[in-house]
Amino acid sequence: MSSTVHDPVARAGVLDFRGQMSMAARNRWAVRDIVEGLQLWPLARSLGWLDIRLRYRGSLLGPGWLTLSTAVMIGALGVLYSTLFQIDVHDYLPFLALSQILWTFLAAMVSEGCSCFTQAEGMILAVRMPLFLHALRTLVRNVLVLAHNVLVLVAVYIYFQINPGWTALLSLPGMAIWVVDMLAFCLLLGAFCARFRDVGPIIGSLMQIAFFLTPVIWQPEQLGPSRWVLPFNPFFALLEIVRAPLLGVVPSHTVWSAALLYSGILCLVAWLFFVRARGRVPFWM
Amino acid sequence: MRRNARIDIDGVSVFFPLYHGSSRSLKKTILAAASGRLGKDMQQRVVVQALRDISFTLNSGDRLGLIGMNGAGKTTLLRTLAGIYEPVMGHMRIDGSLNSLLDPNLGMSTELTGRENVLLRGLYNGLPRPEISRLEEDVATFAELGDFMDLPIRTYSSGMVMRLGFAMATAIRPQILLMDEWFMVGDAEFREKAQVRLENMVRGAEILVISTHDTSVVRNWCTRVLWLDQGRIHLDGTPEEVLEAYLGHPLTPLEAERV
Repeated sequence: MSSTVHDPVARAGVLDFRGQMSMAARNRWAVRDIVEGLQLWPLARSLGWLDIRLRYRGSLLGPGWLTLSTAVMIGALGVLYSTLFQIDVHDYLPFLALSQILWTFLAAMVSEGCSCFTQAEGMILAVRMPLFLHALRTLVRNVLVLAHNVLVLVAVYIYFQINPGWTALLSLPGMAIWVVDMLAFCLLLGAFCARFRDVGPIIGSLMQIAFFLTPVIWQPEQLGPSRWVLPFNPFFALLEIVRAPLLGVVPSHTVWSAALLYSGILCLVAWLFFVRARGRVPFWM
Repeated sequence: MRRNARIDIDGVSVFFPLYHGSSRSLKKTILAAASGRLGKDMQQRVVVQALRDISFTLNSGDRLGLIGMNGAGKTTLLRTLAGIYEPVMGHMRIDGSLNSLLDPNLGMSTELTGRENVLLRGLYNGLPRPEISRLEEDVATFAELGDFMDLPIRTYSSGMVMRLGFAMATAIRPQILLMDEWFMVGDAEFREKAQVRLENMVRGAEILVISTHDTSVVRNWCTRVLWLDQGRIHLDGTPEEVLEAYLGHPLTPLEAERV
């Protein structure tokens, strides 16, 4: 057999499990899960990419549908709401385009985070795989969707001749926080929804409410003197640290502190839950 | 130098929690009650004791057969060895690279093409691109899929899925190979081919753990047999000893002939 010369060798390793693990051991396994997940980055990238290809396999425009449907929706909503709210479409539409695209990303990450483990049931029960890989895959998939939608944003910015200037760079640290938060969301919600199957739909309806409570289609200024309540909405703080700089506005200290505080709490809760749940997830499939 | 493969299992128990939808858990509850394996864990949850106090050691060169009735814990034991289910109690140490063929479909996406699935398998094993193309070639040739490599797996016949799964799992050489009995289906010609390829693999002084109902497989391939019953090791010994006890009669000449 000619292939024996080149036979690829499976990943070597040592698995050393002990029942009734101590908290320290559970933490070590959780860290190992994350590290191994990062090492499998090429796999996560391919899985995320194939997810998108698969969704649009056999369609004429392929992932171009993402761009097109976003463009149509933003165009329609922009005209409708600028009339309803009696705001100049030049002021409103770029805001709406940016908000809507960013919100779509956040909402999709949260809802797909819920199913990130359950939808990979076949894989989880077939081979030993770090769970973090499924979180990465969900992130890759949604970043690809976001990248398609950003084309609409670029078109809108060019058409309305909007230049946020160097302030836009301030959105980069915000995006870094998003990446960490979204992965934390996936680990937390993915494990939680695998255990309690009705949590997914509950989160779905909560996100609907959050959409209306968060200034996505309406502008923060429209709240008038009651604007001080906004930072209490975690989604507002998270959205604003990326959105404001892209509109040429520097986010306030309050917004930044709130975003960091919420992210810290989220990551802590996600870690504590993940450390306990990691080894149990395959039993919940 | 590569370390020798070794499996060391000491007092391992695996419990399944019963949580989900009432119908699902009711069914499980009844099944488990029927086999007397229903218990409560420390938090008073109802659990199925899928594996109870399993201990054994396997060294390089060992070929272990698992026999027992449906639901005896064979698949759970394979999944535990694969590191998918983590033991609730006891200690388990697996040294060496590991590959598992637990179900022909498992780990493959039926919507993706054969080629894409091979790519994913290669990436999972951390192979660089040139090796992945070689892997593709090897799998395509062995599984005799031809143009089907570029079609989604859901269009395959069950035999083709099985061939692809088998080719993939055996193309990447592990030190420890875990197999469920599914691979014995398929036409006689392929079985012969599969056996040659598998024997090549096992001869590399590695460990094989195989779960099967087929006594001839046990007699031909195994050096040691575990008879599992209700999650416990009922008998542990050479294929002849365990099979005679399991079948309840001395091996017939026909069965002995196959040795």
